[in-house]
Amino acid sequence: MSYEVNGATVEHDEEGYITDLSAWNKDLAALIAKDENIDMNDEHWEVVNFLRDYYEEYQIAPAVRVLIKAVKKSMGKEKGNNKYLYTLFPYGPAKQACKIAGLPKPTGCV
Amino acid sequence: MVELAIDNKISRTSIDDPTALPCMTPDAMVGSKPFLAAPDHNTKLGFPGELVDDWKEKAIARMGYLAETNKAFKVYLDTCVKCGACTDKCHYYMGSGDPKNMPVARQDLLRSVYRRYFTFAGKYFPKLVGAVDLTREVLDDWYSYYHQCSQCRRCSVFCPYGIDTAEISMAARDIMDHIGVGQKYCNEIIGKVMDVGNNLGLNAKALKATMEDLEEDLEDETGLEIRIPVDEHGADILLITPSADFFAEPHIDGLMGYAKVFHAAGASWTVSSYASEAANFGMFIGSEENTAVLCNRIRKAAEDLGVKRIIFGECGHAWRVAYNFLNTLAGPFDFLDQNYPIPQHILEYTWDLIERDQLTFDKSKNDEYRVTFHDSCNVSRASRMGDKPGGQFDIPRNVLKAVCNNYYDMPDETIREKTLCCGGGGGLLTDDLMDIRKKGSSPRMHALQQVERDFGVTHMVAICAICKTQFAKMMPEFGFDREAILSAHQLVSNAIVLEGQIDEDDDDDEDMEPEMNGASATGDGS
Repeated sequence: MSYEVNGATVEHDEEGYITDLSAWNKDLAALIAKDENIDMNDEHWEVVNFLRDYYEEYQIAPAVRVLIKAVKKSMGKEKGNNKYLYTLFPYGPAKQACKIAGLPKPTGCV
Repeated sequence: MVELAIDNKISRTSIDDPTALPCMTPDAMVGSKPFLAAPDHNTKLGFPGELVDDWKEKAIARMGYLAETNKAFKVYLDTCVKCGACTDKCHYYMGSGDPKNMPVARQDLLRSVYRRYFTFAGKYFPKLVGAVDLTREVLDDWYSYYHQCSQCRRCSVFCPYGIDTAEISMAARDIMDHIGVGQKYCNEIIGKVMDVGNNLGLNAKALKATMEDLEEDLEDETGLEIRIPVDEHGADILLITPSADFFAEPHIDGLMGYAKVFHAAGASWTVSSYASEAANFGMFIGSEENTAVLCNRIRKAAEDLGVKRIIFGECGHAWRVAYNFLNTLAGPFDFLDQNYPIPQHILEYTWDLIERDQLTFDKSKNDEYRVTFHDSCNVSRASRMGDKPGGQFDIPRNVLKAVCNNYYDMPDETIREKTLCCGGGGGLLTDDLMDIRKKGSSPRMHALQQVERDFGVTHMVAICAICKTQFAKMMPEFGFDREAILSAHQLVSNAIVLEGQIDEDDDDDEDMEPEMNGASATGDGS
């Protein structure tokens, strides 16, 4: 199970989450997004970049509420809500955006 | 992504008849199997990494050990008379039509093997008594169908012998774990609790940052300094809540509700980063050893922090484990204040304050909601709240009626002790089981549609992290808003009137934290 991107092979798990987090790059993210039927635009990237920054600081993805606040701050009040995040990432901002951002899948009762 | 589909030719659950019998369709779900745990997930829990060579002998030996040491399990294996009372009671059968999801048939996948190796008739006349050899095909069926049981025990309510299907499913999973066939979702998560303290893998630094963020939100909303303390030594109360309450929607709104209630009561409380998880997946896999390890984390946190009481947040099976097993597996809790229940449920705590007139509510704050209540299976059929029979049904409803004006129950055969599972319990809340999750949720979703039609119900409340996540996923599949599932303490939070709070948040966007600092729109952000 692997992605092929720019001549490199990047392993992923059964659900498409990459197993070596350091192997992430933008082209890979775009490829994962394409598999998820998402065409990355600036707002997708903004969310993905925020997740990666947060992960670097805390070694885990942020709570959905924290992500929503960040989106609200950055993209405006009308987009700072769960509904809008679902329009960007229809399978759910936590899991789908993490997959594209090259982060581990949030596990548990979430 | 997983395609969700309910075949209407098979499932007949509907708005008029949420628990309708399906059109029986053999092997409809034979292909449903969750991902296998990786070897390191299994070994961490004390199980073989992969299927062992002598798996048949090991499985039979483990079955014999369980039958010998767990009297209930042996009775459940020996006493079924195939009366059929349970056949149509399982939400997964209603949704899938697969006859192996009739509880009696699912149990018989194990029982027929037990009969072959542990009964006189089965040893000598197997065909006469429906006894079968343990083969690879049988093991595959076990793995498939014992992960199509959410251990909700609705079937057990209707069994004249009181046979507990959940115990059989747990034993089956335990046997499989002991031969190296573990389920990824459960086993990986139990390992995370051992490493980090919770199912999510949320470390102490991230937990503290998240709680500080929520405190800011609470202050923005109320103008009050409402705390969500982490690792506070000497606090009176240790709150043990599912880590989903620190992460997901609508769970986190419930957590903020607990904080407001504690604030209103002037309570000294804390969460623990070491035991930052109420959920105990050790029970789902039927492993007493692993259940005990997780229970003992809670004990250690309580001792280390020097608390006097333990209160559990909104989490279904956590309350089952806490109510039934915490004292047995990690007790005695003689160092806690014996004047309070050990442990106590957050709804008992809130209801007690309401009864003593200690909380003030403005119920009109919830007038936009017309609500119903989903009884979570493990709370309903495996525990109690308060000191009266049925408290686990009445106390949540009492609290909801105290904080909102519009409350309606779903049909009788779908609530209280006959409640339907959300479809995601018992270790099934994983994306690789999305098909059976949707099928299993259809009876509940149709019951909800019924009260939407008849009473204009707009929202459903749950008191279990799994239920909340499952319904947030299922709601849109059945024509509801994703946010039509609420936490009980979310409604408490909306209505509670705290002394000195500002009336209405002015909804300013100032000082929103955290920022998307430095992340340019298309930069690589790493």
